Amino acid sequence: MPNMSLEKTYMPVQNPSKRNKNFEEVSLGYNEEQAINEANRCLNCKNKPCSLKCPVKIDIPSFIEKIKEKDYVNAYKIIEKSSSLPAVCGRVCPQETQCESGCVRGIKGQSVAIGRLERFVADWNNENEKEIEKVNNNNIKVAVIGSGPSGLSCAADLAKNGFLVTIFEALHTPGGVLSYGIPEFRLPKKIVEKEIENLKKMGVTIKTNVVVGNSITIEELFKEEGFKAVFIGSGAGLPKFMNIKGESLNGVYSANEFLTRVNLMKAYEKDSQTPIYKAKKVAVVGGGNVAMDAARCAKRLGAEKVYIIYRRSEEEMPARLEEIEHAKEEGIDFKLLTNPVAINGDENFFVKDIECVKMKLSEPDESNRRRPVAIENSNFKIEVDSVIMSIGTSPNPLIKNTTKGLETTSWGGIIINEKTGETSKEFIYAGGDAVTGSATVILAMEAGKKAAKAIIEKLS
Amino acid sequence: MFEIIEKKQLNKTVTLMEVVAPYVAKKVKPGQFIILRVNEKGERIPLTVFDFNREKGTIKIIFQIVGATTKLLNELKKGDKIHDVAGPLGKASNLDGIKKVAVIGGGVGCAIAYPTAKYLHEQNSIVHSIVGFRTKELIILKDQFEKISDRFILTTDDGSEGDKGLVTNSLEKLILAGENYDRVIAIGPLIMMKYVCLLTKKYNIKTIVSMNPIMIDGTGMCGGCRITYDNRICFACVEGPDFDGHLIDFDEAIKRNLMYKDLEKKALEKTCNLLKGDS
Repeated sequence: MPNMSLEKTYMPVQNPSKRNKNFEEVSLGYNEEQAINEANRCLNCKNKPCSLKCPVKIDIPSFIEKIKEKDYVNAYKIIEKSSSLPAVCGRVCPQETQCESGCVRGIKGQSVAIGRLERFVADWNNENEKEIEKVNNNNIKVAVIGSGPSGLSCAADLAKNGFLVTIFEALHTPGGVLSYGIPEFRLPKKIVEKEIENLKKMGVTIKTNVVVGNSITIEELFKEEGFKAVFIGSGAGLPKFMNIKGESLNGVYSANEFLTRVNLMKAYEKDSQTPIYKAKKVAVVGGGNVAMDAARCAKRLGAEKVYIIYRRSEEEMPARLEEIEHAKEEGIDFKLLTNPVAINGDENFFVKDIECVKMKLSEPDESNRRRPVAIENSNFKIEVDSVIMSIGTSPNPLIKNTTKGLETTSWGGIIINEKTGETSKEFIYAGGDAVTGSATVILAMEAGKKAAKAIIEKLS
Repeated sequence: MFEIIEKKQLNKTVTLMEVVAPYVAKKVKPGQFIILRVNEKGERIPLTVFDFNREKGTIKIIFQIVGATTKLLNELKKGDKIHDVAGPLGKASNLDGIKKVAVIGGGVGCAIAYPTAKYLHEQNSIVHSIVGFRTKELIILKDQFEKISDRFILTTDDGSEGDKGLVTNSLEKLILAGENYDRVIAIGPLIMMKYVCLLTKKYNIKTIVSMNPIMIDGTGMCGGCRITYDNRICFACVEGPDFDGHLIDFDEAIKRNLMYKDLEKKALEKTCNLLKGDS
């Protein structure tokens, strides 16, 4: 008998006034009873509108059916066919614009909480894990550059098919954006570590501290180290600034730097040796998930006042709905239709205030969002002592610059064959943010899987 | 993990270490740097590579104990391991076609200036080295510099050895005496590089400096190392560390380097107490 409640089954969360002072996970996940209750809201539509909206086409109604039967082993197996990182995606995917936007239950009432159910199954699997089957290897070496979502998923699929995979990671910890970018309270690092441990059990080698392009070039990977194919999943790591006055002041961070200090270097822990500037009043510029993460981290580090400054309205914000809601609950102040024009400093070169203009929306631009234009003479100042720029990132040019013949777009994205992920150079593949510019975990994961499939076909 | 196979105290606060780091040793060129992390909870700090041995797969680094991390690093002994070493990072110095050069080293900056001077000497450039220290006890690499320099001048602020005064005084004397350098390379404290650049600008001599700002990843990811160069924001880790000194906003760079001064002081005090507890 289906559960005809119009609303999603409530998922417990940490109390906002408590959680905005700690780094523990905000959303606590469903227990078994809640998961089954929510699974029963699924009508098991024949045409699977949810799956059609999923970038990796997970067979959603089927895994939900398995939850109804309490058969979590097979629920996981169904997800695993299409996704390599379910515990991650269940937490960070923008479900409301993907799978859940296709859900029939969403027409009248709320859609089925597909993301929460995915997370439940993945967490159940992590807790009740069986031995990982090691496949006989085929002695064909493949190199994966970068250990973020695209690299991890590419490596996993290659390893499952017997390839000898080595992942090269520039930082000291693998995981890419999952480790340095997304905060602990949204994606606990033990989940990322688990994924990486599983890869190692499958026989994947991970070499940290290797900056491909500098430490070794792609050409040398082929010629000297005997790799037969290379997958570039180096992400989009270069932070953008606005080029306004005062961006060099002390207290101005890129979101990348701020989040890396907090998440990767654990600057919030007492025994971390990495310093971070703990500001009282913080302005975060931008409206994406990264901006929400930075704002919520700043709050947790003890800021009394944290602003999100975004030049469009809430409707156009690229952040996940849940992150926006959680940020508001935690006391983040949203200054919408507002755009910074300068950052002013004090006599010691530290940030004093951020000067903004009011914006209004005009006709839609190429991104189909209404274009914000400045309202004349609307300048005003917000007193802050730190500014975090979170207005996007672009691909790191290091690999492009050190790989002859690797074609890229005008903004540095690696050009690939959309079907295979192969670049302008044979046997070199690429995917994820290095190709698309900053996008989502699930799209990167899909790209990694696609390239793995093409590599397997090419080298078999 | 990266084993320390040699450790030498160059003076009270400056240490040389030879470390096994095959990826770095294989590719590193003068001017490039590494990022290291002493232990599992350590911060990432940049250090310029002093020397390397491609066959042995080792690099040499020279560092001054200035903060908590360098203090912890100095606690490691021969045979101990550094948790992480990544590199080589940054662009190699462009030292081609230099006929006559004045290499200026200030304090521990001499550790970076020396390989540059040596390389130029080996390329048959005429090398004049001017190295400056606060006082006699802090002198490092004197013999090495002397060996590869066509002219060698040592200065101390207090006159305890060599010429009393600053490197800029000595440099200006040489310029006025008619030494026509086609390049000056200055590596040392920001304030020294600033004044060398002010001087050479006056005489219109192209001057290269090596910037060492605060950074985390060293690959262009954090943007913490940004400096204003030629009126635009530049990431020193990928576009540098070498820059045309006449186009650097030194006053800004000096202020930016003070961002964590208070926190660093606290961290150093904490480390000192920690180390006291151990011994």
